[in-house]
Amino acid sequence: MIHSLFLINSSGDIFLEKHWKSVVSRSVCDYFFEAQERATEAENVPPVIPTPHHYLLSVYRHKIFFVAVIQTEVPPLFVIEFLHRVVDTFQDYFGVCSEPVIKDNVVVVYEVLEEMLDNGFPLATESNILKELIKPPTILRTVVNTITGSTNVGDQLPTGQLSVVPWRRTGVKYTNNEAYFDVIEEIDAIIDKSGSTITAEIQGVIDACVKLTGMPDLTLSFMRWESERILSFIPPDGNFRLLSYHVSAQNLVAIPVYVKHSISFRDSSSLGRFEITVGPKQTMGKTIEGVIVTSQMPKGVLNMSLTPSQGTHTFDPVTKMLSWDVGKINPQKLPSLKGTMSLQAGASKPDENPTINLQFKIQQLAISGLKVNRLDMYGEKYKPFKGIKYMTKAGKFQVRT
Amino acid sequence: MTDSKYFTTTKKGEIFELKAELNSDKKEKKKEAVKKVIASMTVGKDVSALFPDVVNCMQTDNLELKKLVYLYLMNYAKSQPDMAIMAVNTFVKDCEDPNPLIRALAVRTMGCIRVDKITEYLCEPLRKCLKDEDPYVRKTAAVCVAKLHDINAQLVEDQGFLDTLKDLISDSNPMVVANAVAALSEIAESHPSSNLLDLNPQSINKLLTALNECTEWGQIFILDCLANYTPKDDREAQSICERVTPRLSHANSAVVLSAVKVLMKFMEMLSKDLDYYGTLLKKLAPPLVTLLSAEPELQYVALRNINLIVQKRPEILKHEMKVFFVKYNDPIYVKLEKLDIMIRLASQANIAQVLAELKEYATEVDVDFVRKAVRAIGRCAIKVEQSAERCVSTLLDLIQTKVNYVVQEAIVVIKDIFRKYPNKYESVIATLCENLDSLDEPEARAAMIWIVGEYAERIDNADELLESFLEGFHDESTQVQLQLLTAIVKLFLKKPTETQELVQQVLSLATQDSDNPDLRDRGYIYWRLLSTDPVAAKEVVLAEKPLISEETDLIEPTLLDELICYIGTLASVYHKPPSAFVEGGRGVVHKSLPPRTASNESTESPETAPAGPPSGEQPDVIPAQGDLLGDLLNLDLGPPVSGPPLATSSVQMGAVDLLGGGLDSLIGGPNFVTPPAAAVPANLGAPMGSGLSDLFDLTSGVGTLSGSYVAPKAVGSISMDLQLTNKALQVMTDFAIQFNRNSFGLAPAAPLQVHAPLSPNQTVEISLPLNTVGSVMKMEPLNNLQVAVKNNIDVFYFSTLYPLHILFVEDGKMERQMFLATWKDIPNENEAQFQIRDCPLNAEAASSRLQSSNIFTVAKRNVEGQDMLYQSLKLTNGIWVLAELRIQPGNPNFMLSLKCRAPEVSPHVCQAYETILKN
Repeated sequence: MIHSLFLINSSGDIFLEKHWKSVVSRSVCDYFFEAQERATEAENVPPVIPTPHHYLLSVYRHKIFFVAVIQTEVPPLFVIEFLHRVVDTFQDYFGVCSEPVIKDNVVVVYEVLEEMLDNGFPLATESNILKELIKPPTILRTVVNTITGSTNVGDQLPTGQLSVVPWRRTGVKYTNNEAYFDVIEEIDAIIDKSGSTITAEIQGVIDACVKLTGMPDLTLSFMRWESERILSFIPPDGNFRLLSYHVSAQNLVAIPVYVKHSISFRDSSSLGRFEITVGPKQTMGKTIEGVIVTSQMPKGVLNMSLTPSQGTHTFDPVTKMLSWDVGKINPQKLPSLKGTMSLQAGASKPDENPTINLQFKIQQLAISGLKVNRLDMYGEKYKPFKGIKYMTKAGKFQVRT
Repeated sequence: MTDSKYFTTTKKGEIFELKAELNSDKKEKKKEAVKKVIASMTVGKDVSALFPDVVNCMQTDNLELKKLVYLYLMNYAKSQPDMAIMAVNTFVKDCEDPNPLIRALAVRTMGCIRVDKITEYLCEPLRKCLKDEDPYVRKTAAVCVAKLHDINAQLVEDQGFLDTLKDLISDSNPMVVANAVAALSEIAESHPSSNLLDLNPQSINKLLTALNECTEWGQIFILDCLANYTPKDDREAQSICERVTPRLSHANSAVVLSAVKVLMKFMEMLSKDLDYYGTLLKKLAPPLVTLLSAEPELQYVALRNINLIVQKRPEILKHEMKVFFVKYNDPIYVKLEKLDIMIRLASQANIAQVLAELKEYATEVDVDFVRKAVRAIGRCAIKVEQSAERCVSTLLDLIQTKVNYVVQEAIVVIKDIFRKYPNKYESVIATLCENLDSLDEPEARAAMIWIVGEYAERIDNADELLESFLEGFHDESTQVQLQLLTAIVKLFLKKPTETQELVQQVLSLATQDSDNPDLRDRGYIYWRLLSTDPVAAKEVVLAEKPLISEETDLIEPTLLDELICYIGTLASVYHKPPSAFVEGGRGVVHKSLPPRTASNESTESPETAPAGPPSGEQPDVIPAQGDLLGDLLNLDLGPPVSGPPLATSSVQMGAVDLLGGGLDSLIGGPNFVTPPAAAVPANLGAPMGSGLSDLFDLTSGVGTLSGSYVAPKAVGSISMDLQLTNKALQVMTDFAIQFNRNSFGLAPAAPLQVHAPLSPNQTVEISLPLNTVGSVMKMEPLNNLQVAVKNNIDVFYFSTLYPLHILFVEDGKMERQMFLATWKDIPNENEAQFQIRDCPLNAEAASSRLQSSNIFTVAKRNVEGQDMLYQSLKLTNGIWVLAELRIQPGNPNFMLSLKCRAPEVSPHVCQAYETILKN
């Protein structure tokens, strides 16, 4: 099972190590550093690296590499899933997951890691349970602990540990009982030069924030959901992801925006033309906002002189990254960005065409058409506040030029 | 306020100061000091010197302090074993604590103190905790058994902990069950033969129940454990599948993949006619697709596994091509894997879309990716015949971009397209030649030279082109040098008049000025061929090449089946069986897919059941033919066994002379005639051994080589050698012989002829020709032959065992596609494995030796440094035997797998192998 964990920052310093079996020398990370050097970017470091005596499995999140060391045949997905869980737990505990925050909370981090694995076997990975075992630091608690000498380690077995609903602690009490659900859909799409869709799919999640007293049993009824169209569950306490879903490329996925582009590099001229326009397509009458257009321009582009009809834009001549923060799209007056590019004199036309990356948000819309009809609660007598929000966002939304 | 304060140091020396604080009277100060120690530990600082001071803080009511001290203990106990004993009492006491959290913590920590001495103190508390009333303690204790086993396996066995652990599989609490399974699996991994997880329908049922109730991680352990079970029939397989299927929609991708493994494995047992089979296939696609929307690291592992799944069951994802389209900001390791799967899924139906994508990728920035995309276009051309033309024109478009590495990759793949579709696309050669100067990579140069040599007759200035390469001959890589040598010899054979000088030049460069033995040997072979028998040279060098096959990069079927059993593991990421990389030979059990078995009620007979899948459904693959073909073409094979090493000096002299003569005869000699087509032994499809033996006949003909090569004995006729000695006192006459009915219908083809009467004490030796048209009766053993010899005095009965290889017929070479289909078609339970010990031959020698006894090598490939020979043979009664012979250079023990519809012949075939290989 999982032997050890090393946390490595992007400059290659190991800033935390934790061993669940015997200590593995940190020199094992040299193999990781080699791979890191070979990969041009941090994102490209391969997630599974063999070494003579161990395997290194890593995930890269928040500019930190979480490198697990294993010695025997262990399912790699098991390890990688666990590592992501570690990151999520840190985020849950400290609000953000970053090197300084981890260093600031190193003892809590260490205690939490110890609770998460025993001999490399996952022990407690549910946020609800962990927080009962090791209380997350708050300013108030730190002050109180300092004064009274009390600790942030729970001394009772977490109530949920062994019940049939291990994810929920018992004896929860709230004065305001509330249950809020966010249906969030991300569109991943590749649009070709001519504007037609090559592939489009939807990754959806329902995230929940449930603060309900006692042991409530909730039932969500959907407009579209297999045959029964209901989902019944006992929620964990607090924030959690209820479910995730996927609408595959075989279905017809509505594309809410289009990009009109005309980018020309002329041979033997040091000037190129650049013009893009963004407009709404299938938005079901909703407004598209938070639009950001980014594009990695070819190396041969020295600079760009552009004028946006709205929003602000930047071009970094070093990384060749063009970024245009558009904001809202007004269908009556479509935002556009146009101007010229100065190209390396004498160099031939760039080989690659830039791909345009799009970010956007549409409030109050789940583009797949998923809709929650009603929310019922059983098992408890009070009346909770209920709310459901919808949102559609761009995931990996790419337009080829 | 934050923990970073624990990292600050003072001038006095950190350790010194910490020691003082640890021994402070104030609780709070102590705790802060321990925290500082832990903080130092997390960044890898050595704070082991503080061991006694930290352990002193252990006796405390403060749980946080206790936990911190435990954390420290676990890290350093090993370096301070004597001190660690000090902690034992506290542990033993804590194991009796009324609070289950404390009990569990104690047993958990004790197991982590990897000190041999402490283990004996651990046994009693552990025994109690395994039977604790609180399931939390029991589940922690289960893991502790695994820990203890790792430190002292014997102790665990002696104390009976393994049995207690096995009992926990029936625990009422699913979490305890899951941990027991996990612990047992880990222990079993180091003791592969222990049969710890002895699975039977009852325990399987318990596991399936626990599966629904335990945590996500527990589900993974249970599913992986289930995958090791072999259901007794298809009904049980189906019922397990039905209970596992809901796991496919779990949010944890490791659970999903482990469930996929169970289903892929048990599906083998289901009949394809079942409705359920189709339902299951449909259910597998969505979870696999969903894995691709996860984080890139998860995607990578998923893609490696999907790569196996689409090879085994392409129908699952055949409509899901689009999810494998590459996004420009995917990490490179994801891009490359997606590309590979795209090619595997490419078919006539989607090829247009795939090609459009590949062309798009070929203009991306990342060089590695672009190269692979160009290669992929070539692979599509070879895989989907209808698309070849479009692929070629796409490649030409790419060549027009003049992007250096794109052009080079394109030329490499065009070479393969020429091989696959001869006489179709050669019109593009002119375009290729324009780019000759820009090629700077050996592979591309070699490919271009191959094209020039192969099509020399169509390229007017072929000699000039090749000559231009020759100038820097010694700076070229071996690959290019070898190719150049072959190309110029081809050119010479096609246009002998103008290129005599060129061929002399390249032969002398290769043989005299080169240190590379491969190059030199090949040079000599050509030289002698040309000098002795130019006609034969032409036949050999310009022989029509077998077509390149559809895919050379599929995993061979036996390995694929094994890897399917390892879905979700490291083996599936590396596409190697665990035995190939698991450390220290920690026992690895060879896994195989379960055979398809019909349940008792089923009317299907075992013979008809596997007949379901016609071979056409699977892609026709012959494992890495490319290697074989390459070898064959390049004549890169070492001489079978061993021709004695070329005695260089003298041979060289001779060779030069000989060449002179040979050239004359080739160019102007009156004897030179083009060999009439009819006289050419069909080289296409000729087994490679024969090509080689031709070669050697040639050379031995001129006396330069005398070798141990044994010409194939006259095959096709079977005879029985008898030695008759008259031990009686009177003369014997009127001999006659008769065979009893036997397994293969062996019978005398002629009467027993003893010409003169046999006087007392006289011996005659007779060779009796046999045929196989006699009556058949299955004998025990199979190769038993009962014979009666009669003469004027009496009848003499005896029985004898004959070697099976006398029955191997000459047309026993199976066609490649046929071989593959047959191999798949023969059920796995008919496969028999043997080891042939102490055989000193290498693969080539073995192959040619076997061929002389009518065991034909259909294909050959090299996997992980092992040579795999795929062989076929046919018995006189039409029974085919398929073989996979695995030879590891340097290891005299060969592995032989035999598949035959009549598995009872396998042991005898193996014996035949032994006999042939060792004589």
